[in-house]
Amino acid sequence: MDEPIRVLIAKPGLDGHDRGAKVIARALRDAGMEVVYTGLRQTPEMIVNAALQEDVQVIGLSILSGAHNAILPRILELLREKGMGDVLVIVGGIVPDEDAAQLKQQGVAAVYQPGASLEEIVRFIRSSVQQAA
Amino acid sequence: MYQGRLWTMRQFSGFATPEETNRRYHYLLEQGQTGLSVAFDLPTLLGVDADHPTALGEVGKCGVAVSSLDDMLTLFAGIPLAGVTVSMTINSPAAVIWAMYLAVAESQGADWTRISGTLQNDILKEYIAQKEYLYPPRPSMRLVADTIEFAARHVPRFNPVSISGYHIREAGSTAVQELAFTLRDGIEYVEWAVERGLPVDSFAGRLSFFFNAHSDFFEEIAKYRAARRMWAVIMRDRFGARDERSLKLRFHTQTAGCSLTWQQPYNNVVRTAVQALAGVLGGTQSLHTNSLDEAYALPGERAATLALRTQQVIAYESGVTAAPDPLGGSYFVERLTAEVERAAGDYIRRIDAMGGMIPAIEAGFPQREIAQASYDYQRSVETGERKIVGVNAFVESEERPMELLAIDESAARRQEEKLAALRKRRSQARVDATLDALRRAAAGSENTMPAILDAVRAYATVGEICQALAEVFGGYQEKSIL
Repeated sequence: MDEPIRVLIAKPGLDGHDRGAKVIARALRDAGMEVVYTGLRQTPEMIVNAALQEDVQVIGLSILSGAHNAILPRILELLREKGMGDVLVIVGGIVPDEDAAQLKQQGVAAVYQPGASLEEIVRFIRSSVQQAA
Repeated sequence: MYQGRLWTMRQFSGFATPEETNRRYHYLLEQGQTGLSVAFDLPTLLGVDADHPTALGEVGKCGVAVSSLDDMLTLFAGIPLAGVTVSMTINSPAAVIWAMYLAVAESQGADWTRISGTLQNDILKEYIAQKEYLYPPRPSMRLVADTIEFAARHVPRFNPVSISGYHIREAGSTAVQELAFTLRDGIEYVEWAVERGLPVDSFAGRLSFFFNAHSDFFEEIAKYRAARRMWAVIMRDRFGARDERSLKLRFHTQTAGCSLTWQQPYNNVVRTAVQALAGVLGGTQSLHTNSLDEAYALPGERAATLALRTQQVIAYESGVTAAPDPLGGSYFVERLTAEVERAAGDYIRRIDAMGGMIPAIEAGFPQREIAQASYDYQRSVETGERKIVGVNAFVESEERPMELLAIDESAARRQEEKLAALRKRRSQARVDATLDALRRAAAGSENTMPAILDAVRAYATVGEICQALAEVFGGYQEKSIL
């Protein structure tokens, strides 16, 4: 019965460093999830619209540029406006500990800093999505 | 080799406002750095002004914000361009930033025929790896050819291109791929310059290269040695170059940012030292060493200083500068060099068969190779086959690095104010006229540099000039390859 978990992997803002986003996207596919990768230079609006259209359960954002404090709140706000508050939002990239703590308070489910294990990310998504279901 | 003159200690640096970066440049020069290297922020890298909506949250975060000639003048305040060489990591807007640099030199009374430095300006690797493209490949190559021609005629000591493998490697390629794609990009630039009528020996001596210094010590040294050998043969046999300077592959090296860890960050000092040593034993002309806080933020002052000291210890205490190519003749290094050369040559032949690097990029070939190599690498770390100390071996909870550099939104506010004042101060009519002339030049076949210089002198902004070019060249959207 298990429907595959649907994930959107996105690169918001101007940052073009996509190595991590691509590796994660592929790892999640290998783990049996359906993954849509948005590509680069996505605005918060584009990301939320893609998430809505693709009917995903998870949005994974890759941000290494330091722009996370400007981008994340906007994405979370848009998700709330569109009644998509149940979508799991996870972030990977260069996010200082203090900012990570604040982001989690604002509704980000997990923040992955460099060196995070693919297995751990897969496990987190699986268990979090199951809980929500 | 290094006995007469050491490699240039050229630390890549830039953050927040030009004022703050200028202070860091003065500091680094005082600490013994011997060349400057400018890191621009993402808006600047993508030809966007600090007050543009898409710059929100990004101004000054990854490098220094430069939107106008004013910013460039501030960046080099108190730094005579006649007396120091400057490398600028800028690609799509390279011609614009270079024009601003030349205008600064002009304002200082520095002679263009005597100033030296390097412009990264390697657009092919943007499509392949760094992804800071703006326009489609062919108009972008035309811009690069314009700068090569302009340099050959007017700024003969400047390196108008830094043909780069660093970013290709950071994107996850192997050493062989890094070498092969870099050299093949170089071949493409030479072809375009020759096509435009430039005799090969008139510009080839000023093509420079930029390689990564990754963790496999001997493989990296073999890579540099293979690079020199391959390029000399390519220039002599493929392009008929006769001047010795055209055959010499000169390169800058940066130690591998992607190898540095968030876990146990002080281990990074050791990684950087070993990688820097590989660069030196490999004969690099110029070197940047990363800071221990690489995985956290832009370099803090103490971390940046320690990175520079790493080079100084190697230069002055280790004795490895005693002879050129000191590992030449080592059975192991010679075998590795031959292997790397053979494998890289295979890749170059494959890309030749595709019709060159542009068709290869359009077919997604280098991008796919890199994505696969990157995924294989990550899998090897996941399984533990590849050990990374502190990450999947010898793991422990530990302290964070001290004094991380924090950049807040005040840099953006400052830059916005300056732009508002600039727009009021300058002659809009003059700006419009220069941008019109630029659009005409871009639509035709003349060299765009003079028109870009005119626009820069009129205080047209980076964003305005890049936008004018976009209206003629169009934009570019990549097809994502996982």
